[in-house]
Amino acid sequence: MDKGFKIFCLSCASLAGVLFLGFLLMLAYNSLPVWQEFGWRFLISSEWNPVEEIYGAWPSLLGTLSTTIIALALALPLAFVSALYLAEAPAMLSRILSQGIDLLAAIPSVIYGMWGLFILVPIMQNQVQPFLIDRMHLSAWPLIGRFFSEYFNGFGILTAGLILAIMILPYICAIMRDIFKMTPPLLREAAFGAGCTRWETAKDIVMKHSASALLGGVFIGLGRALGETMAVLFVIGNMMTKPTGFFDSGTTIAATLANNFAEADGLQRSTLFALGLLLLLLSFAIQVLAQHFLQITACHRGEKN
Amino acid sequence: MSQKTTRKLTECRRPLIWRRLKDWLSRLASFVAIVIAISAMTWILWTVIQHGFKAISWNFLSNPSKPYGIPDAGIANALLGSLLITGGAVMLAVPPALAAGIYVAEFGASSRWARLLRFSANVMMGIPSIIVGLFVYVAVVVPTGSFSGFAGSAALAIIMFPLVMRTTEDMLSLVPAALRESALALGMSRSRTILSIVCRATRNGLVTGILLALARVSGETAPLLFTALYADAWPKQYFTQASANLPVLITEYSNNSPFAEMHRRGWGAALVVMFLILLINIGTRIVFREKNYGK
Amino acid sequence: MASKISARKLTFFYSQHQALFDNDLDIADGSVTAVIGPSGCGKSTHLRIYNRMYELYPDQRAEGKLLIDGINVLDKSIDLLELRRKVGMIFQKPTPFPMSVFDNIAYPLKLHYKLSKSELADRVEQALSSASLWDEVKDKLKANGLALSGGQQQRLCIARALAVEPEILLMDEPTSAIDPIATGKIEELILALKGKITVVIVTHNMQQAARISDYTAFFFQGIIVEFGETSQIFTNPNVKKTEEYITGRFG
Repeated sequence: MDKGFKIFCLSCASLAGVLFLGFLLMLAYNSLPVWQEFGWRFLISSEWNPVEEIYGAWPSLLGTLSTTIIALALALPLAFVSALYLAEAPAMLSRILSQGIDLLAAIPSVIYGMWGLFILVPIMQNQVQPFLIDRMHLSAWPLIGRFFSEYFNGFGILTAGLILAIMILPYICAIMRDIFKMTPPLLREAAFGAGCTRWETAKDIVMKHSASALLGGVFIGLGRALGETMAVLFVIGNMMTKPTGFFDSGTTIAATLANNFAEADGLQRSTLFALGLLLLLLSFAIQVLAQHFLQITACHRGEKN
Repeated sequence: MSQKTTRKLTECRRPLIWRRLKDWLSRLASFVAIVIAISAMTWILWTVIQHGFKAISWNFLSNPSKPYGIPDAGIANALLGSLLITGGAVMLAVPPALAAGIYVAEFGASSRWARLLRFSANVMMGIPSIIVGLFVYVAVVVPTGSFSGFAGSAALAIIMFPLVMRTTEDMLSLVPAALRESALALGMSRSRTILSIVCRATRNGLVTGILLALARVSGETAPLLFTALYADAWPKQYFTQASANLPVLITEYSNNSPFAEMHRRGWGAALVVMFLILLINIGTRIVFREKNYGK
Repeated sequence: MASKISARKLTFFYSQHQALFDNDLDIADGSVTAVIGPSGCGKSTHLRIYNRMYELYPDQRAEGKLLIDGINVLDKSIDLLELRRKVGMIFQKPTPFPMSVFDNIAYPLKLHYKLSKSELADRVEQALSSASLWDEVKDKLKANGLALSGGQQQRLCIARALAVEPEILLMDEPTSAIDPIATGKIEELILALKGKITVVIVTHNMQQAARISDYTAFFFQGIIVEFGETSQIFTNPNVKKTEEYITGRFG
């Protein structure tokens, strides 16, 4: 009886791994035609021609990468300093603020998408982008000007990156906050005792102490941004072209999948599976790295105890 | 030791002003960051309330959805569909997830195998939901020949599974070893100990985990696009017909429709979804807090 | 000898709970003063007021006066960073920073002072020597501080504290987590500091207090029961409670 129960539990626990293998096999199998047809050049091609059945992953890939990088660049510093404060603030205040920020994580992505479409895009189109182009003449600036085109419509890579940043902020912040809270109090006191300011303690002592765990948090945020579909779908402009600037419309792997799957068939459908495979492999790599970094600190603490 | 004369430390003082300035700036940055985060949250919530409020009415909540132009349209079928789909997901996901969490927490201890299983669950949590949708499309929709509410439930169940497995494991590992040991010492079988004693001891925590996972998947849209899709009818054919549901309705009405009327309905649906999710989140927090006080 | 530290009616609260009651104490310049008493009597609490360490925690507060060189350091206008340079602290468990041995010493030096590379290297060597650690680590300066043994780590922390030339050294049960041989080395260190730096050491170990201190203060339930020269306290205490504690009647 006990043995049966144990075996049952074990098989359930193995489901996670089994499912993942299932994903991998399914995607690989269904995308075979694409690899046979285009080979590895599929990854860097920007062509997307349903009539002649020539497809390329590059616009989707580039869109995914660029929106993710923008999101991280915006969210990481904000999450870091927020987490610093929340870890040291008086208990009551810290709890209320943390729960407020955690609420951002509870909002479903489709609602982020709506907010992005109906609120953020008009603001970008009517206020932010005109300001950057017409007033600050950003497109004429020496190094970065080429990334800001004079044509804008509120949609695009930058808008998508902004929404993603807000979406991943609570995740990164919560992880970092927990990591900071776990710093041994004596270590902080030693730093203060030596005459460090709060900032110096955080930057030179706490961060070094928890470096790998913090990195794990970054990768978790990265993973989240990578696979986000709905919010990006609403605001990225859905153009199968490779973006060359922040205001360009584009697409991401997930958005391409969501947009085209319903009507796709034959080679195009296989292409979508191939894109899915890319996304799966990318996410998997990121997740494994994240877990690796988060585990290191857990081990350290275990040993120290 | 060198022969040269060493300066006295008092001659080499660093000006404190820069250090203080950096410290102050970092405090300012923290403040600004938190203000930005909280403002974003309030802004989004307020937008949903503001726009959705206009659409909510008894008619709205009790009439099924209809194409643009037809009067007396609402979201009742989508609401029902979502309830069925997420209910189905819970039934599919929770028993195996509980068992999985039990295995890792009770039988695995620190064995390498359990670590691997926990690791794979953690990795699964980060796999994009659209991939899950793709998988269930191939695994369920294609063989059965149609989109269905059941396929939607399957997709949501796969997403819920690692979440509930993790929270179950976390909650069970909080139960003190003494409790288990005293039950076993009385002659109880392992399975009985786990199910009747340990799980019961942390029942609230387990329920909280399930409810939070439920809240998490109620807003998931991407997987439903490939599995349940959407239909304007009442969701009567759970296993064989595409099912109305709130998230896809929201997408259809806001992103794929140019009409202000549809947008309005989309906001109303968004408000309903948001309300339910917040209800679950805040509700579980209150219930969980009570448990701590009780202890 | 002049009083380096003078506590006047020092009181301390953890939220609503009062932990110290009107402590009056004078610590002589250049002396080693031991603070003894049973667990929870307020010794560490009292010590941590000297460098205002309690200010890290919002619900803790101190009242009264604490004069160092005649200036009340509890006053809000006092520069905390400078105070903490002048007053070093060693904790119950060794707390090396997550850096190399060299950087552990160099870091506080660089914080407070602008030094050339060679000056920095000289001072690091000097500090490690004064903690009797130089010979043991001179080949491992780049190794992580956490790779040293417990006793070495604690001496590293002492070297780190001494590097910035403090005037006062606070030690909160510094040898409680260290093996006896390393403890001996640290006690030698403290003896060597006599006359140069004012040392206040909280200790659970009465033999240690008797070995190394000039003066001893006996705390009980947040009150300073008796204070005097170590030899007098341990052979002929004035207060009955002191005698009971010394003879092991409780604590």
